[in-house]
Amino acid sequence: MNIRAVAVDEATRVSEIVESCRHLEGPLLPVLHKVQEEFGFVAESAKQIIAKALNLSRADVHGVVTFYHDFRDHPAGRHRLKLCRAEACQSMGCESLAEQIKAKLGVDWHGTTSDGAITLEPVFCLGLCAQAPAAMLDGDVYARLDEDCLGDILTEARR
Amino acid sequence: MSLVSEIDYGTPASRSTDMVTLTIDGREVTVAAGTSIMRASMEAGIQVPKLCATDMVDAFGSCRLCLIEVEGRNGTPASCTTPVAAGIVVHTQTERLKQIRKGVMELYISDHPLDCLTCAANGDCELQDMAGAVGLRDVRYGYDGENHVKARSAVGEVNAQWMPKDESNPYFTYDPSKCIVCSRCVRACEEVQGTFALTIEGRGFDSRVSPGAHEAFLESECVSCGACVQACPTATLTEKSVIQIGQPEHSLVTTCAYCGVGCSFKAEMRGQELVRMVPWKDGQANRGHSCVKGRFAYGYASHKDRILNPMIRDKISDPWREVTWEEAFAHVASEFRRIQYQYGRESIGGITSSRCTNEETYLVQKLIRAGFGNNNVDTCARVCHSPTGYGLGQAFGTSAGTQNFDSVEHTDVVIVIGANPTDGHPVFGSRLKKRLRQGAKLIVIDPRRIDLVRSPHIEASCHLPLKPGTNVAVLTALAHVIVTEGLFDERFIRERCDWSEFEDWAAFVSEPQHSPEETEKFTGVTAEDLRGAARLYAKGGNGAIYYGLGVTEHSQGSTTVMAIANLAMATGNIGRPGVGVNPLRGQNNVQGSCDMGSFPHELPGYRHISDDATRETFEKLWGVTLNNEPGLRIPNMLDAAVEGTFKGIYIQGEDILQSDPDTKHVSAGLAAMECVVVHDLFLNETANYAHVFLPGSTFLEKDGTFTNAERRINRVRKVMTPKNGYADWEVTQKMAQAMGLKWAYSHPSEIMDEIAATTPSFAGVSYAYLEEKGSVQWPCNEKFPNGSPIMHVDGFVRGKGKFIRTEYVATDERTGPRFPLLLTTGRILSQYNVGAQTRRTENVVWHEEDRLEIHPHDAEQRGIKDGDWVKLASRAGDTTLRALITDRVAPGVVYTTFHHPTTQANVITTDFSDWATNCPEYKVTAVQISPSNGPTEWQQEYEELSRKSRRIVGKLEAAE
Repeated sequence: MNIRAVAVDEATRVSEIVESCRHLEGPLLPVLHKVQEEFGFVAESAKQIIAKALNLSRADVHGVVTFYHDFRDHPAGRHRLKLCRAEACQSMGCESLAEQIKAKLGVDWHGTTSDGAITLEPVFCLGLCAQAPAAMLDGDVYARLDEDCLGDILTEARR
Repeated sequence: MSLVSEIDYGTPASRSTDMVTLTIDGREVTVAAGTSIMRASMEAGIQVPKLCATDMVDAFGSCRLCLIEVEGRNGTPASCTTPVAAGIVVHTQTERLKQIRKGVMELYISDHPLDCLTCAANGDCELQDMAGAVGLRDVRYGYDGENHVKARSAVGEVNAQWMPKDESNPYFTYDPSKCIVCSRCVRACEEVQGTFALTIEGRGFDSRVSPGAHEAFLESECVSCGACVQACPTATLTEKSVIQIGQPEHSLVTTCAYCGVGCSFKAEMRGQELVRMVPWKDGQANRGHSCVKGRFAYGYASHKDRILNPMIRDKISDPWREVTWEEAFAHVASEFRRIQYQYGRESIGGITSSRCTNEETYLVQKLIRAGFGNNNVDTCARVCHSPTGYGLGQAFGTSAGTQNFDSVEHTDVVIVIGANPTDGHPVFGSRLKKRLRQGAKLIVIDPRRIDLVRSPHIEASCHLPLKPGTNVAVLTALAHVIVTEGLFDERFIRERCDWSEFEDWAAFVSEPQHSPEETEKFTGVTAEDLRGAARLYAKGGNGAIYYGLGVTEHSQGSTTVMAIANLAMATGNIGRPGVGVNPLRGQNNVQGSCDMGSFPHELPGYRHISDDATRETFEKLWGVTLNNEPGLRIPNMLDAAVEGTFKGIYIQGEDILQSDPDTKHVSAGLAAMECVVVHDLFLNETANYAHVFLPGSTFLEKDGTFTNAERRINRVRKVMTPKNGYADWEVTQKMAQAMGLKWAYSHPSEIMDEIAATTPSFAGVSYAYLEEKGSVQWPCNEKFPNGSPIMHVDGFVRGKGKFIRTEYVATDERTGPRFPLLLTTGRILSQYNVGAQTRRTENVVWHEEDRLEIHPHDAEQRGIKDGDWVKLASRAGDTTLRALITDRVAPGVVYTTFHHPTTQANVITTDFSDWATNCPEYKVTAVQISPSNGPTEWQQEYEELSRKSRRIVGKLEAAE
């Protein structure tokens, strides 16, 4: 995932994605998901193509894209680390964990490490409250985190 | 006088006929089922505090201020989203509600500036009102935390949440720091206007109103209709005029003077200064909506180009000389009398204006018939909807559309032919789009892919992109399918029409040469699409046809109108809501000017001049003998002028040089006359050839009535003194008096009384009646005391509906090797007609020049790039303008607008015209396009002539 350079013409590919979802009821979100999955983010140009193809206004698509924090308007690092900051995780010390990770990676929230490997993002509840604090690296979830185990995950990711 | 106040019921009215009774604050209230508790309360006179609700848009339930309590139910539901139920007991004010509201309000104000005294909305702010209503006395949260209000924090740090004011739109500003994110603007843009240009970006505290994808208003998809500004409860979206002047103190309801929709507006005033125009919710044509022209583009009324003193000159090469009104009237009277003495009674004539009121138009035709003693009167409807008058008159018996605009709310299938409502008739366009979003089907018959074919949230079921000039063939082919596939409504036809005429017509349209498979060879419309469209219209439920100048401005304009009438009759789509034949008339009062006897062969009420009884009515009243022979039409007047038999003309409010076809012929005709009197706001193009200029007054400066496309007679009210001294009806009256006529009208209401007394379809109309009813659709008389929203309900006015054979005859204007492309013309949202008014407003930011739309294929063949200067040449002449490359037009077709005089699009158009009415064939001209370096010789010469002919003695050169 997170493939930034695409072989085929971007516009053609976005159009193809729209066509593949057109039959769905409410195709906009599935389209946005697929575009993000393929390109790593939803570019301004892609939004315009999607709007035109689905007969929506630019504002319509912009409103939906910006409503969901998960949709990005620029590329992320090769890996996205989402650290949960919801109540249960906070009570189990996620905030101090966050500070440690930020220091370790040298980035703030939403920042990407200088080597382009990792983007750090907050998330509000991964549904793992019983095993807090929790995080998600790309698609995989990790529970009962501490600094060490998070360090291992990051090292693994950077390889 | 005070401000016309409108009650905001919070949510739209319910359409249910079932009634429900409930108790609100101890009062028993009976309302239609489905009404919100908020609206029910307001109807009972109880105002529940609210911020996100307004009755122009559906309930949203986001502001949490309109909470109520219902006995026996849990919680505090929002009154806007909770419908009434029988027997419930509602409390709008309890201790609990008071606490919640105050808390909610406190949160709102904690992120809102406290600059009420210097705020533009001071005195007209719902947030302010609600803070007062809930008794907010303190905001405990302070203003140091996160906010959208301050550009910098107390210690000087930049506040990333703060956004600067967007002043890109020329008419209103967007100040995000004052926004409470109630979404009213977003919903107004979606539900009322149907453009979907606004959204809320982000979520939670980051939520902001965003035009387009976080763009400036001007760059976004916004069409500047003003619905969002009207909906905004704070100063976030505010008219620049209000910011500049301050809040208005009184207002009057009047009618917009732009297109034929005839929107009602409140002219909100401070003294004699117009602060803003706000659409009036009770206006039955617009239902509280507006477009950029009516809402904002009134600046021309006080533009520096406006001429305020009468002027005279002996030769058109002389500079103008300002004179007194008396001198001007005496000069016109003596010149006209001299010309008539020298060249005969028929040597002068006049043109009534479709921009002026009914009363003014009536007076001009009266002056010509009674004062000049001839019938040489015509009007600009000649060049637009005269075929409508003729065609519908023949088929149904009345020269007007059959429906009201509300009818579109009941339509299931709409055919739009040769009209572009979203640009030409935007408020109707929005109402149509609303219906389409509710599921109605749309068929567009137009050479160009207009916005209605596909734009956000609407899409036509069929678009038949016919070749310009083949309307009749396409419509007859539709009839072919309806007849041969047995889709017609036999019961309706037998009841309402002449069956034998139908049989004759049916046999004619069934002939194989009218089949879609045959016509597709030259119309460019595939048989499959055409058959689909015919089936959809015939069997899709209520079918309505809306058409515009793309139908009438052809050599077969009248035939096309008849073909449309045939289709409606054959499918039984006449005489009830949701159906009908609806011409979208171009000018504010073109319907009225036709009604008022502006045509050379007709007296008011469409009665032929040869009819003795009608003539007698007027002869008795006017004390003159009327000529029983029709007079000259505009093109005939110009021909006669070139021949030397027509020497003088009085033109009220029409720029024939720019708007009529074959400019060179028009200018030759005008140049050959000895006394051309132009009565207008500005030194228009026609005035370049005038000897007398009488300054006109705007719609803001006079009383009167306009009749819109749905036959609705709307009041125009004087809100300021005429800057030029006299309203137009007074000028005509004084001219008549100078010519020896004993006229003594002291108010336009007296003119309307004379119209009512002489014209049966207006018999019930008077100013007192209009005051009481607001407006009325003619006929309004003993038989229809409340007017006629829908015509031909129980039978056609002429008796039996008439089916007429519509043989397609190709126009003589054909493409060939020298002129291989077809030019068709149209207009654009922000500009109006020849642009005399809109070019003198800020609307020019949207359209500063006319462009030639050309398909990429045709452009490439000729080596033309987007924005290049191109020469546009036809058999009649040539001009230059810049190209716009787009696939909205089909290959082989080019398109332009005619809003700017420098373009001179009518130098190109030919003198071919409708066989029945002489309506010019603007919509089809064979042309060739070639790259060019700049303006043609004619454009340069004309520019020089214009400059010279606008000189006024003692003044610096008047700017165009």
